[in-house]
Amino acid sequence: MISLSAHGLRGSPDPSRRGFLIAMMGAGVMLGYARSGLTAPASTSPSDLFEPTIWYGIDPSGTVTVNIIRAEMGQHVGTALARIVADELEADWDKVRTVTVDSDPKWGLMVTGGSWSVWQSFPLLSRAGAAGRIALVEEGAKLLGVSSQVCTARNGAVHTKGTSISYGDIVVRGDLRRTFTPEQLQKMPSKPPAERRLIGKEVVALDVPSKVNGTGRYGLDAAVGGMIYARPIIPPTRYGSKVISIDDSAAKRLPGYIRSVVLDDPTATVPGWVVAYAASFSVANRAADLVKVKWQPGETANVSEQDIQQRAAELIADPKGGSLFVENPGVDAVLASAKRKIERTYTTSTLMHFALEPINALAFEKDGIVEIHTGNQWQSSILPVLAKALRRSQDKIVLRSYLLGGAFGRRLDGDYAVGAALASLAIGGKPVKMVCTRADDMRFDCPRSASRQVLRLAWGDGNRVAAMDHHAVAGWPTTTIAPYFLGKDAKGSPYDPFAISGADHWYNVGAHRVRAIRNDLADRTFRSGYLRSVSAGWTSWAVESFIDEAAHEAGVDPVEFRLSLLDGAGGNAGSAPNAVGGAHRQAAVLSRAAQKAGWGRAMPKDVGIGIASTFGQERNMPTWVACAAHVRVDRTNGHVAVEKLTIVIDAGTIIHPDSAAAQVEGAALWGLSTALYEGTEVIRGQPKDTNLDSYRVLRMGEMPELDIEFIPSTETPVGLGEPATTAVAPAIGNAIFAATGARVYHLPIRPEAVLAALRRGR
Amino acid sequence: MTTFELNGRSVSVHSPDDTPLLWVIRDEIGLAGTKFGCGIGFCGACTVHVEGRATRSCITPLGAVAGAKITTIEGLDPQGRHPLQTAWLELQVPQCGYCQSGQIMQAATLLKDYPDPSDRDINAVMAGNVCRCMTYPRIRKAIKLAASRMRGVTHD
Repeated sequence: MISLSAHGLRGSPDPSRRGFLIAMMGAGVMLGYARSGLTAPASTSPSDLFEPTIWYGIDPSGTVTVNIIRAEMGQHVGTALARIVADELEADWDKVRTVTVDSDPKWGLMVTGGSWSVWQSFPLLSRAGAAGRIALVEEGAKLLGVSSQVCTARNGAVHTKGTSISYGDIVVRGDLRRTFTPEQLQKMPSKPPAERRLIGKEVVALDVPSKVNGTGRYGLDAAVGGMIYARPIIPPTRYGSKVISIDDSAAKRLPGYIRSVVLDDPTATVPGWVVAYAASFSVANRAADLVKVKWQPGETANVSEQDIQQRAAELIADPKGGSLFVENPGVDAVLASAKRKIERTYTTSTLMHFALEPINALAFEKDGIVEIHTGNQWQSSILPVLAKALRRSQDKIVLRSYLLGGAFGRRLDGDYAVGAALASLAIGGKPVKMVCTRADDMRFDCPRSASRQVLRLAWGDGNRVAAMDHHAVAGWPTTTIAPYFLGKDAKGSPYDPFAISGADHWYNVGAHRVRAIRNDLADRTFRSGYLRSVSAGWTSWAVESFIDEAAHEAGVDPVEFRLSLLDGAGGNAGSAPNAVGGAHRQAAVLSRAAQKAGWGRAMPKDVGIGIASTFGQERNMPTWVACAAHVRVDRTNGHVAVEKLTIVIDAGTIIHPDSAAAQVEGAALWGLSTALYEGTEVIRGQPKDTNLDSYRVLRMGEMPELDIEFIPSTETPVGLGEPATTAVAPAIGNAIFAATGARVYHLPIRPEAVLAALRRGR
Repeated sequence: MTTFELNGRSVSVHSPDDTPLLWVIRDEIGLAGTKFGCGIGFCGACTVHVEGRATRSCITPLGAVAGAKITTIEGLDPQGRHPLQTAWLELQVPQCGYCQSGQIMQAATLLKDYPDPSDRDINAVMAGNVCRCMTYPRIRKAIKLAASRMRGVTHD
């Protein structure tokens, strides 16, 4: 099982064990978590006191500036995080600003992914806001000449009978310096939900205005004086391609073309890259097409999708490989003795990110520092790689943040920053804007690898489910990108939690075993990546298709079958703070979705409702999701029309309701797009589809009716950016079965597969 | 040298005639609100108006717009308060926002042709504009909101 805190993902050291400091800095105050062990203000400079994983400032005008370490990629995360601080601080929202920070190590772990941001930050930001409020009330009371007992903080000021003083005035006139011990912080009462003034209320997200008038600045818009452009010439294999020769004679005829260079990358992050430089991107773009590069390709030059699936089948057939992610004793005994059991195999195709902004970065060296201007989700993971690639220490490299034109996990892998920085250093550190075309971006993507899963389920006495066995093979992104996040099973064998999560479901199936196996061929062919909802995007496909099929096998209604397994017994009872209620909360969203969708009613021919229910992505922070898909199947051509998706979701406390709804709308439609339209295949070591002429994505006219409902809750806020994705594909597959009796076992669900299933069908 | 009118101002640029208009606008003139998505006219992120018609600037050569009137997101409304922009803001349409300049520019010509667009009209005209964050439900709602307000203004 995954424990994020065990993996250090809450930031290191754990701020919850640290004190909190308020210090005067310049004309304003800074409020933030103190270095470990500090108990009293030291005489050193205030900046030395801070280990500011999380902090904010208040200036003499009363403006509160909250520093945001998270990437802004569509989730309006800065707004949500700032509102958590501002609510407890009783700040005037009109005077709250956010600053997206650069990659200074002082911020601690910088990662935006896993739908973790609000979940991880909520307790820390709440206490930070409350500590600031307490200090402001006490100092404000002194300045007003009254006891703090008769003062209240509200809307950026401290009030008492008939008079008040603004936070700005307190900053100017008062002495706010003080320290809270970790114990004081822990005891600090956070507001009862009924007194929240910002959390749970609507607001225009701070990043939205710049996104309707063209002023928002993305990585592609980064510019400095004297900048030249570069486009990479991507080698035939992701790894191991060696440049034999370059002939740029044709490119030399283009006015503005500068030269082409082979990048020397000691980290093999961008092996075999040649970059074509020019005075403008349009010339660099053409030049890259004209430069003839001869490579000695890497060993995966002929690998196909079928090879990757074949390798997965071999790995599953070998009982010795892999790691046991879930292991209850007795699975083999039950399977051996069971009179009734089923086994099914589920597969998914290689899946591309296709963030609309192609990967790019601006890099240059200035005063001994390499600056990289780009949108990125995981600065902490790429900085050490950059240091090795650029042969300098991490403190001589800085990543500056921009808006991300879509990410969906693509920008967790900062490999493109390495290419851009090397391209700059290769010509003396001059400013170089490296831009990939769409095809370059696709060929250099870190796709979600193809997957293969075999599931078995056995019934024991009294038609009770007695065992479930699950074997899953995929590329393991974490092995390449962040090996320190690998988990270990009971025997010490490693596994990638982000290539198996979702298989550790909350159903009571008796003995349960999950074996995670790395597809070594996939990982040699490309850098496997994290893609929206990560492994739960494909493990849930298998689990929820399989549970549905098991229900039919048992002759039980699929909703009733699931509810009977979601009994909340034993390990599925759930625990505080993240999973209070456990499987019962999954049962609640499932029942509600079934009710809303009219589960059980008679449907016209070839129309059906399918249901699926998940816990989002990670057992340690479950977001409870249920989806009912209403589909119509055309038997003549296998076309599946999704007419309506009903989603019920329980994500605990909702900080910003409209953004939360937007994330669920987007995640649900992303789930639909990847269920029916997206996906590619590897041909000769690379993705077959490199642009929209052949890579299909969901478009406006394919959008079904959406009915989304949140379960009201004051539980711990968990993730929202991805979870709704996980239930959509299996709900569609189950709906196809409900409509026609035909089962599909592969994602994406292509019309040909539906036709084949119809022929196989009843 | 090619001269055209951009957002009401005459501009002259030195790029070769076959340079895509997108890169002229972004890199030579420096207006970055128009975005690069696919480069083959299939995603709509680069949509601008040429003589009032939605046009994919990534596949429009500079030479083809000599003397033409071009409008980008920066010039759609002097205050950035075109009814579509205010509707977009009110309904919180953008997520990552990268496609939204193109969506708004495409929607602006949609409303000229269909002042009271049906879902089918919207699906047909907006089919060429991809949103990877899947803000489609809100785009559709915002188009209808803007349309109703623009009809109100016209009728007053």
